[in-house]
Amino acid sequence: MRITATVNGQHREIDDVWEGESLLYVLRERMGLPGSKNACEQGECGSCTVYLDGVAACACLVAGGQIEGRDVVTVEGLAGDDGLHPVQQAFLEAGAVQCGFCTPGLIVQTHDLLSRVDNPSDPEIREALAGNLCRCTGYEKILDAVRLAAGRMAGSDR
Amino acid sequence: MTTPPEATPRTPTGAPGSLENTATGGIGASPLRPDGTLKVTGEFAYSSDLWMDDMLWGVTLRSPHPFARIRAVNIGEALATPGVFAVLTADDVPGRNIYGLELSDQPVLAKDVVRYQGEAVALVAANHPEIARQAAKRIRVDYQVWEPVTDARDALGHPNWNRLHDDPAEDVELSRSAAPIHPKGNLVRHLKIRKGDPEARADVVVSGEYSVGMQDQAFLGPESGLAVPDDQGGVDLYVATQWLHVDQRQLCTALDLPPEQVRLTLAGVGGAFGGREDLSMHVHGCMLALRTGKPVKMVYNREESFFGHVHRHPAEMRYEHGATRDGRLVFVNCDLYFDGGAYASSTPAVVGNGGTMGIGPYVVPNVRVDAYGVYTNNPPCGAMRGFGSVQTAYAYEAQMDKLAAELGIDPVELRVLNAMEEGSVTPHGQVVDSAAPVAELLRRLQAMPLPAPRGDDIRGLPGGVSNTTHGEGVKRGVGYAVTYKNVAFSEGFDDHSTARVRVEAAGGKPVAVVHTAAAEVGQGLVTVEQQICRTELGIDDVIVHPKNTDVGSGGSTSASRQTYMTGGAVKLACEAVRYGVLSLAAEKLGRPIPGARLADGDVVSDSEGVLISIADVLGDGAVEETREHHHRPTQELDEETGQGFAHVQYSFSAHRAVVDVDVDLGLLKVVELACSQDVGKALNPQAVEGQIQGGSTQGMGLAIMEEIVVRDAKIRNPSFTDYLIPTILDTPRMPIDVLEYADPHAPYGLRGVGEAPTISSGPAVTAAIRQATGLPLTRVPVRPEHITGT
Repeated sequence: MRITATVNGQHREIDDVWEGESLLYVLRERMGLPGSKNACEQGECGSCTVYLDGVAACACLVAGGQIEGRDVVTVEGLAGDDGLHPVQQAFLEAGAVQCGFCTPGLIVQTHDLLSRVDNPSDPEIREALAGNLCRCTGYEKILDAVRLAAGRMAGSDR
Repeated sequence: MTTPPEATPRTPTGAPGSLENTATGGIGASPLRPDGTLKVTGEFAYSSDLWMDDMLWGVTLRSPHPFARIRAVNIGEALATPGVFAVLTADDVPGRNIYGLELSDQPVLAKDVVRYQGEAVALVAANHPEIARQAAKRIRVDYQVWEPVTDARDALGHPNWNRLHDDPAEDVELSRSAAPIHPKGNLVRHLKIRKGDPEARADVVVSGEYSVGMQDQAFLGPESGLAVPDDQGGVDLYVATQWLHVDQRQLCTALDLPPEQVRLTLAGVGGAFGGREDLSMHVHGCMLALRTGKPVKMVYNREESFFGHVHRHPAEMRYEHGATRDGRLVFVNCDLYFDGGAYASSTPAVVGNGGTMGIGPYVVPNVRVDAYGVYTNNPPCGAMRGFGSVQTAYAYEAQMDKLAAELGIDPVELRVLNAMEEGSVTPHGQVVDSAAPVAELLRRLQAMPLPAPRGDDIRGLPGGVSNTTHGEGVKRGVGYAVTYKNVAFSEGFDDHSTARVRVEAAGGKPVAVVHTAAAEVGQGLVTVEQQICRTELGIDDVIVHPKNTDVGSGGSTSASRQTYMTGGAVKLACEAVRYGVLSLAAEKLGRPIPGARLADGDVVSDSEGVLISIADVLGDGAVEETREHHHRPTQELDEETGQGFAHVQYSFSAHRAVVDVDVDLGLLKVVELACSQDVGKALNPQAVEGQIQGGSTQGMGLAIMEEIVVRDAKIRNPSFTDYLIPTILDTPRMPIDVLEYADPHAPYGLRGVGEAPTISSGPAVTAAIRQATGLPLTRVPVRPEHITGT
């Protein structure tokens, strides 16, 4: 089948998609966007988190065909022309990135949190990121990164 | 409280160390990772992200049975599936159909017999992964199913654990009650340690039996890689691994190709933790690529990943501790059984670690250890962070608490009283010849403030956001544990590392390129390699060359060894390059330069200041040097007594855990997990903290939630739905106190960091749960039913 959608602000048409393919597969293997990660492919780890019409979702749980006519933003779509998004910069500086396989999902999820909540408390951060597994960091520096990004973004128009 | 000597800088804060010529981002600083920007933008190429025109997808058909004879394999229907390019079985393995890390005992593809559920039997390459999966289902394998051997002691023919008159361990007859899984029997290794008087008696004796469940590394990036055939019969493999050269050795044997024709490049690695030491898709992908003449990509899904790598050995352990009335340890006897599953992997070395360090960092005059590694039909077990020491720490630290209770002594005081220190002798007869601050680590933890009493926010309670309690039935416990762990490979193994460093000028500025084959798996070795070059060469701009087999072995990214071993190799190569640059400078200036060194891109001396820029010294030329770094030699252990200088270095850590337990529901909340650790020298303080916090969390996971449930030799929970790892809600605040007592034998005095915290955190958490509940809790992970007794 053919899928037509807006991905990271660009109009995309993808041909020859098999109906059984997930959005994650379509992004990674057909659109050249492997940033969304394939850690569990069953909705448990959050590493494939993307925006679907502005709502954070696990790309592995969405069928490729479901994005027809819709808007998808992946981790590859967050940095601006002037460099990294503050959330990306904060993850980098705070040491929140080790192997980095969880990082794209956590960055999209944090981006979503900080677009809704100005200065989240630690319990709010933990609850918002509870669906994103990280095996390397023990999450302490991820919390640091979210606080750092929140501080920098406070007052800006994001 | 004792404090380190004045001369020793400690507690890294990110400030540069005292070394001269520290360039920006040199050692002691925490510069940004060179791969960090790619990782936060999603552009970093992990092994599952690789792609080539015209590539095929490979999949593996695995045995559903843990123990069976293969009577026949019929591939006809699979091969006839449209889109399928190749179906391969054991008969298609070009070279020897056997491989292994320490012992070659595992077939590339099973022939005649399968020995564990999930063993690879056949391969398919097709033009779409789903077509390959469907075709694999059409391979007909005729199995004669056998009863699996599921218990390590049964596999040895050992009498039942709790029998009154247990036979001495030496009398164990191999395979008495069970058919051997392997032709030579089911014993992989029996390590005997005999120190002091075997008949020693003590005022007070406590004994206990302890079990540790099977833990999974649960790295997030699944096993994957891309094999690309050349047109000369060779192959290039891009793969996520921990040691390129040991993979290459095994690949050459299996593919019957010389090393020049099997070239490996490290693809992006999504975590490792020991689970990538053994081969996964390596040979399979290359076989399919060589057969089809096309690039072949293989990517395991999460379920296959649980069958695609070895796990942490489950262990059954029995301990007996004897002490004087005033708390001095007199003897420790223990029997340790490590279930290695169907193939050896690194079981011999795991037994070596488990045995030699099996009584913990304490001074004990009389020790008997019998440690066994055993073949069963359970999932194969091998390396995981902590490597044999994680299991025993649960037992010996539980025993120390039990002994303290029996003696009426505070558990920390009992540990301090018996603590190993510099000059102490280990059970295997090795003198600890650098700092061993066991007592100090415990004292420093004690001095750290305790977390506040629990508040009203239910999100901080056991059960958390599920609103299971408002505090009724919740009890708090505090537990301590301390450990030590060897760094680098032991028992006579020369696991050297190689580094090539090149300096040239580009755009009027000097640039260094550092090339090693040492695997970056997330820990930040690439950053440390840059930092060492900056410090040693006074050059800011350092490029990390892609890691491949074009340079000598980097050794394994395991055993907490890479900063020590590959870092040491980079340092040696830099020193050689520096000598070369300074010699050229002297030539250029036409005179010797006393006290010359490199700083900020220039050749300088204290007396004359800047003499000439490195770029001017080099001109169009370059200075390149390659060096190997070997650690000091170690010895094999004596066959009968287990005595010998077996370990290169020790790393020490201690934890204090504070846990709230809902004793009615059996739910837990780890409130705080504080760690003190001696790292010798923190080359990158931020990365050191990351290692400690990540390692502590994995240790905690085994204590309270992580277990591969194996019944009848089958894995019952191969998914992240059923195999739980700690989330950000499960993981507490983790304050860290880092000591830096230099080890004079090591580069910069550093100690390997990564593993020790994985070892001491879980026992501390378990001790805290015991204190809260008053229950013995002799098995981890602790489950709700262990607490509620239901």
